Amino acid sequence: MAKIWVVIGLVLLLSTACSESSSEYDSTGSFAPTPSGEDQVLVSAATSLTAVFAELSSEFESANPGIDVVLNFAGSTALREQILEGAPIDVFASADRSNMQRAVESGEVEGRPEIFARNVLQIAVSAGNPADVTGLDDFARSELLIGLCISTVPCGELAREALAKEGVTPSIDSVEPNVRALLTKVEAGELDAGITYLTDVLFASDAIEGIDLPSGQNVIAEYPIAVLTNARSPAAAAMFMKFVLSGEAQSILHEYGFISP
Amino acid sequence: MPFQQRSITTGRSPILLVVLGLTGLTFFVVPLLGLLWRVPWKRTPDLLTSQMVLDALRLSVIASLAATAISCVIGVPLAWLLARAEFPGKAIVRSIVTLPLVLPPVVGGTALLFALGRRGLVGGPLNQVTGLLMPFSLWGVILAATFVAMPFLVITVEGALHNLDEKHERAAASLGASRWMVIRRITVPMIAPSLIAGLALTWARAFGEFGATVTFAGNLQGRTQTLPLAVFVALESDRDAAVAISMIMVFVSLIVLIALRDRWWR
Repeated sequence: MAKIWVVIGLVLLLSTACSESSSEYDSTGSFAPTPSGEDQVLVSAATSLTAVFAELSSEFESANPGIDVVLNFAGSTALREQILEGAPIDVFASADRSNMQRAVESGEVEGRPEIFARNVLQIAVSAGNPADVTGLDDFARSELLIGLCISTVPCGELAREALAKEGVTPSIDSVEPNVRALLTKVEAGELDAGITYLTDVLFASDAIEGIDLPSGQNVIAEYPIAVLTNARSPAAAAMFMKFVLSGEAQSILHEYGFISP
Repeated sequence: MPFQQRSITTGRSPILLVVLGLTGLTFFVVPLLGLLWRVPWKRTPDLLTSQMVLDALRLSVIASLAATAISCVIGVPLAWLLARAEFPGKAIVRSIVTLPLVLPPVVGGTALLFALGRRGLVGGPLNQVTGLLMPFSLWGVILAATFVAMPFLVITVEGALHNLDEKHERAAASLGASRWMVIRRITVPMIAPSLIAGLALTWARAFGEFGATVTFAGNLQGRTQTLPLAVFVALESDRDAAVAISMIMVFVSLIVLIALRDRWWR
């Protein structure tokens, strides 16, 4: 009896895992070898670009039927590491200049990176703002549960920069590996406040509210994009980069809360 | 050398099994060599005495020992119930107990957050009544480690209880020993090797715990950042430090497993 239950449980687990991953692959294009005549562009993009790049790639694909865009999302630092270790990526879209700069210095970038978007920081609190957070000063309140992104990813680096500019020493309770992990804990009400990008709060669930920073306190994130030297389809990759910098793509980025460069 | 005696009695091992078995062994050894190869030996003493590593080591030792102790106090009785008591739905209970072994630890951490967090099913009322806060505290680290590690103890001890011939216990009972006395004087001593092996595995799993900890307890140096979390953080800032800490974890875990194997495992 016991064994049967274990087997049934495992089969269920595996089948849901498989169906989930296959549907995920469908939305971004398949990893299977493409038919001849179709170019595949592999794009590594920062986590904060997840929603907007999904839309950008489908717009691009419908305008260019011969090109298939495959998206790979992770923190900019992890993406840069993958690229330096030789991952066969065509286009890199980073959430900061320094990770792009590292890729340039290692000779991984073809031509010059270009800034395609800017983003600003916002304070994220759970719905109703139960801890009554009003600004960066509140991050020093030790009775609150405060979270920041880890300092090695852009959102963590910029948040610390903004706090330092105001002379606030934050009373941190958790350092989260990326924006999404931080948002999840604020959303669940486990953290009282965190600092994320404006675009993340804009598209988070109703359980999250954003508190704007006065423009003098804010720090601006810049997103560079570049075609890589290891690109398998350099021509299609250059087309995608050109599209992201185009007016059409810029208006989509604007809808998602990004600021044009 | 028991290995030699056995090979004499059973003859030579089939060549196919040797080749496949050695391939299996290689699969475990190569990653260790990969790590060894990158160890920055000169910088290692400095890297391992940094405040971040010392803080993480202290938390890892406290949390893994506490998780092992908690597992012993509540996991062994659970194993006894599974092995000896009769109750409906036992198969399902057993599956639930072993679930943390196959679940991604991140899922375990998420479940703990929604159950024991400040707004959680149990954590909410608990926080209102006692003011206790599990996430982002050492308690959270200990609970996360216990959740993923205790199944090792339960499974090992339950297996030992199943294999134990009940005639000794029955004999003691027939001589007038109370149930508690039978458990204390007969059952526990007889399963001692398995119990200790299970405790060692539980400790090793708790010592290496990452996913549930980072999800449920967070990651803050000096409060919730254990050694595996320190490795994760260091990987993106100082790769040498990450390799040095990883090396220490491999070394400590290996020493404990080898020491216990020689003394208590068969």
